[in-house]
Amino acid sequence: MEKLNKKEYEKYVEGKIPKPTYVKNIIMAFLVGGFICTLGQFILNYLLSLGLNESSAASFTSIALVFLGSLLTGLGIYDKIGKIGGAGASVPITGFANSIVSPAMEFKREGFIFGVASKMFTIAGPVLVYGIGGSVIVGLLTLLFKGR
Amino acid sequence: MDYVKAFIVGGLICVIGQILLDNTKLTPAHILVSFLTAGVVLGGLGLYTPIVEFGGAGATVPISGFGYALSQGAIEGAGTKGLLGAFTGGIEAAGGGIAAVILFGYVVALVFNPKTKD
Amino acid sequence: MAVKRLGTQTVKFGNPPSIKGFYTIVGPKEGDGPLSKYFDLILADDLWGQESWEKAEIKMQEECIKAAINNGGLTVNDINYLIAGDLLNQIIATGYSARQISIPFFGLYGACSTMTESLSLGAMIVDGGFADNVICSASSHFSTAERQFRFPLEYGNQRKFSSQWTVTGSGATLLASGGNGPYIKYVTTGKIIDAGIKDVNNMGAAMAPAAVDTLLYHFRDIGCKPSDYDLIISGDLGHIGKEIVIDMMKREGYDLRSMYTDAGVEIFDKDTQDTHAGGSGCACSAAVFNGYVLKEIKKGKFNRVLIMSTGALHSTTSVQQGESIPCIAHAVTIDKKRE
Repeated sequence: MEKLNKKEYEKYVEGKIPKPTYVKNIIMAFLVGGFICTLGQFILNYLLSLGLNESSAASFTSIALVFLGSLLTGLGIYDKIGKIGGAGASVPITGFANSIVSPAMEFKREGFIFGVASKMFTIAGPVLVYGIGGSVIVGLLTLLFKGR
Repeated sequence: MDYVKAFIVGGLICVIGQILLDNTKLTPAHILVSFLTAGVVLGGLGLYTPIVEFGGAGATVPISGFGYALSQGAIEGAGTKGLLGAFTGGIEAAGGGIAAVILFGYVVALVFNPKTKD
Repeated sequence: MAVKRLGTQTVKFGNPPSIKGFYTIVGPKEGDGPLSKYFDLILADDLWGQESWEKAEIKMQEECIKAAINNGGLTVNDINYLIAGDLLNQIIATGYSARQISIPFFGLYGACSTMTESLSLGAMIVDGGFADNVICSASSHFSTAERQFRFPLEYGNQRKFSSQWTVTGSGATLLASGGNGPYIKYVTTGKIIDAGIKDVNNMGAAMAPAAVDTLLYHFRDIGCKPSDYDLIISGDLGHIGKEIVIDMMKREGYDLRSMYTDAGVEIFDKDTQDTHAGGSGCACSAAVFNGYVLKEIKKGKFNRVLIMSTGALHSTTSVQQGESIPCIAHAVTIDKKRE
């Protein structure tokens, strides 16, 4: 096996892996993702009908969906939705909540500081770093180009 | 009509994620971070606003919408409060979601235990 | 002079150690699988009354070791060495189970190759005259491995078709200098083979070349052929790795189709249990060997078996740094007869 050509082997192995069920995955991602967004629209419209302004309604919608994603993760349902929906479940903000709650639950036995509180940012940490960091850069560039 | 548009736009954004998952070595965590960053960048360039106007929650509920909210907050902050606004605007706009995720995440972790897969 | 060596990687035992006792414990999913009737104890839930999955794995290994010693008609005081390992960082499942059992202890990390690594070393110690009784063991647990190597359990990801399912379980084998067999006749120790695979969701393909390498040296060193065995069984290559081994061995001039299989293929039913490419983990070969293989040897279905656990010696750190996966396979010949 010392003479094994790694490039050739990798190519050969590629041929052995069963292909993902592309069409089914795409359809399920579309349906699950679409459904979660429609639910978001429903909440948003309801809040707007109560007379909230647009930005408050948007914020409350996020909060409501985050609550839902967290709860379903706690109940052990969101991982099943994720298995069916793939990116349809992980891309919406409910998936962001899932990525925070699942490690927080998993590492409870390691304590409340280095377990729950620290591990909950395993995936959320990078999201906040790039999101907040990026927003500040956008803000600074706005100042630079709009000259105020 | 709102609902149909939200379904289609949200569904399509997720489909892009699914195609990346199935055809590259990217994990869901990579997708989450890159979609968010894409939302910030497109929001900064003003390209995400038309998608939000058309798709409503279909564009704001995906994580890219979270990035969009951050960038819009920063732009608005820079406009009204200058340098300080450029720093605080993003977090102000997205603060609700972030605070919710931290609180609910913590509480749910306290209440529930993970179950093994079968 | 190393008089017991054959060829480059194999040893032949002068006084083949006898397998005096053996025992297996598996989780509920394994208990629902096709090999269910061969396991000694099937847990109703994989926490087994403990507060954490780590503790459950520790208990599994401890109970399994004690039961195997008991099965061989011995007590803990009769055992000279415990040689064992598992998948967790710093092999804690083994360290903590050994804490409960007062036997001089060697801890191994061979990832999923641990079962035959411990049998190899145990047999050498017994044949070398350094011990009369040695207990060899390995364990793994789906939920402890998943959180260490992959994702939290409640995380909503989709598993790739090439990924494998870590077996929850433990297996232990008691080796003795005297006894009625079955006997360990030969051991072929593998070298690290790195085929350049970086995809941790495709372990079977990463480990297959290591398995092929060990098989080739085994046949060459001893001068035997695959048909001399009633069964050749690898540890956890799964469906993809098994096919690759058959392909690559064919290219080397060996036809394995009639007697070769993989423990990861046998332990789960991939169509009904959704395990994708098959089972993996230390317990995959440990449970299949101490359950299915040894019981069928005793019943007379097999006379001569080659078992070969396979291991991937990467960590999450090495994977994140973009390293490929170094792999290993150790082969052990089990024979019903001494001569």
